[in-house]
Amino acid sequence: MTDARRSTQTSVRSPQHSERSGQMRDTHRSASTCDAQHSAQTRGRRTPAPPPDPLLESLPFPLAARQLLQNQQLRANLRHATHTIRSKRKSVVAELPHWEELRSAGAAMKDRALCSLDSYLEQLEANLIQNGAQVHWASDAAEAQRIVTCLIKAHGVDEVVKIKSMVTQEIELNEALEAEGIAAWETDLAELIVQLGHDRPSNILVPAIHRNRDEVREIFLREMKLYGQAAPDDLDNDPEDLAACARNHLREKFLRAKVALSGANFAVADTGTLVIVESEGNGRMCLTLPDVLISITGIEKVIPTVEDLEIVLQLLPRSSTGERMNPYTSMWTGVTPGDGPQEVHVVLVDNGRTRVLADPIGRAALRCIRCAACMHICPVYERVGGHAYGSVYPGPIGSVLTPQLRGLKSVLDKSLPYASSLCGACAEVCPVKIPLPDLLLHLRRRVVDEVKRRHVGLEQTAMRCVGWVMGSGRRFGLVGRLAGWTRIFIRRDFITHLPWLGKRWTARRDMRMPARVSFRRAWRRRARDKK
Amino acid sequence: MSRELVFKRIRQALQNGGEDTSATGAPSTWEYGRPTAVADPIGLFIERIKDYRAVVLRTPGVEEVPLLIASCLAKAQATSVVVPVGFDEAWIRTAALAGIELYRDEPPLSKQELDGISAVVTTATSAMAETGTIALDHRSGQGRRILTLLPDTHVCVIRIDQIVSDVPESMALLKTSIQAGLPITLISGPSATSDIELTRVEGVHGPRNLYVIVVG
Ligand code: SF4
Repeated sequence: MTDARRSTQTSVRSPQHSERSGQMRDTHRSASTCDAQHSAQTRGRRTPAPPPDPLLESLPFPLAARQLLQNQQLRANLRHATHTIRSKRKSVVAELPHWEELRSAGAAMKDRALCSLDSYLEQLEANLIQNGAQVHWASDAAEAQRIVTCLIKAHGVDEVVKIKSMVTQEIELNEALEAEGIAAWETDLAELIVQLGHDRPSNILVPAIHRNRDEVREIFLREMKLYGQAAPDDLDNDPEDLAACARNHLREKFLRAKVALSGANFAVADTGTLVIVESEGNGRMCLTLPDVLISITGIEKVIPTVEDLEIVLQLLPRSSTGERMNPYTSMWTGVTPGDGPQEVHVVLVDNGRTRVLADPIGRAALRCIRCAACMHICPVYERVGGHAYGSVYPGPIGSVLTPQLRGLKSVLDKSLPYASSLCGACAEVCPVKIPLPDLLLHLRRRVVDEVKRRHVGLEQTAMRCVGWVMGSGRRFGLVGRLAGWTRIFIRRDFITHLPWLGKRWTARRDMRMPARVSFRRAWRRRARDKK
Repeated sequence: MSRELVFKRIRQALQNGGEDTSATGAPSTWEYGRPTAVADPIGLFIERIKDYRAVVLRTPGVEEVPLLIASCLAKAQATSVVVPVGFDEAWIRTAALAGIELYRDEPPLSKQELDGISAVVTTATSAMAETGTIALDHRSGQGRRILTLLPDTHVCVIRIDQIVSDVPESMALLKTSIQAGLPITLISGPSATSDIELTRVEGVHGPRNLYVIVVG
């Protein structure tokens, strides 16, 4: 009853002021109202509903960022997280004297893979099939969703366990499965917190960084019992106990699951081996316990040879979590008789990747091994967090990848290449040497070219006028003199308010009045006086 | 067919500007499989894996292995242990005498059975000093992947000649296993998470206790 009343109340609120802006002011209170609402709307759902106002998707970056900057809690958490990970990364990277050589090797290896992507994919496919895996191709998100749904339904199950994977978030797989009555359970601790909290991940690496331990405890107590093994009533907020609680809740699901979904960090072309790099062991559970394994992976994840693994296995853990090596790495090659899933599928997804590949400069973004180092070092990301980037890929790499994947169409995508101060920190840490600032500039140019192609804008007209004036000394002198005359009418030293379009300039800075006597005239006079 | 569509798109995309990616330019001079200069690989391995809060015991010869296994299991308060196919039976005799229940994975144990067993003992394929990593290729003595996953305690026996400098040297050794289609598991300490307020917590899903016995 109360639930129903609450949702009618909220529906009166204007759409822009739904959950998110409320959450900004008071994380605690509005988080619980928001969740209560969801349970009301979601009766009949198999998994907790994500928030209805996704990622501020329609807002261009500066507007979304302005909203998010109001959230003091988020900013404090992010600062703590980014700085901690940054310094860990720095110290483990410093341990390797050949780090720079490794980075070059990583970049060259990924470039090699991308330059002959078609033949490596053919090789990968052949080796997968030879080792008993079934290979599927998806040109876009909808097709990938369809393939996975069909595979799951063919086994007559309505529940799957899942390893955190960027590409499945990108293709919005969980919601697509939900719509088909299939519950997809996230098994990574942070992703579980996000999922049970009716939330969205705020970061690639620590998706629940915006939640503190009390909130996690509250979420577990409230939600776990609705979907399986309940949290113990006396659960406290100690991270160790919270992790143990998640272990119990998920163990039941792991043992029951018939089908598991995963991504892949790397796909080795010359052997058909997929690799998952993880910390918690939930990945190993998903890769080992169920009967059927479906791995969804972007086509750019392919690496040429099994030897190349030594490069990425050194680069990735040190760059991402700042560890010498992550706790668990699993490699599997199709079906292993008598060990693990006996039915293995691999879904290779394009969904815009070939569009990125088509730009000879922009394609460097496809080297990315999703370590998140560029995010954690980024001063912009540190302040606004992941949500403002309006996609599953935030931070510098998001700013260059998202617009290319989606094709630079929306206002948001066009604003992303500008979401950077071009300080260059990201390029310094990137383990595969993606020149992120160069790519940002390249995309800015593409955005501008696009605009230019469509219509001659005001800016162009203005620039052309200026060009004409500056093209001759006489014209330039004349305009200088004319500008000086404005002093006759305006007696102040600064212009603080310009009308109309000029407002956009003076809103942020004052402008000095033109000098009474232009420099050219002053110079000439001086020369005359000397004589 | 989407397969053809994707390949068509890739080939078209690659015609755009061909070879010249915005690449770093310089071709890589990386040599694969190189050992890195580590003064004392065994010492470093022990130090690094201890960093992950694994318990390491060292013994000069195999004679002491049964006793050490039994003592690890006792320390972990294990009441039962699963023994992979091909694991040296003599090594677990002491543990059995101490009253720990032995389970053999032959015929294969079910998930539910394994979930009820408290520990597992295995050998390993290779170990990396620089990163403190143990590599399993799940051949004889190392068990199916699930064996080292569900029980809460993992006792792993490694010979010193299996310990190499770093990732490249070890991956070069694992290459033949991968090419033979064997699954590989790299283990660097017990499972861990830092997902809640970045506080490190050991043991979310995999074994929460890792004991390493270094022989030689
Ligand atoms: S762009 Fe580079 S630093 Fe950023 S996530 Fe990708 S690999 Fe890591």
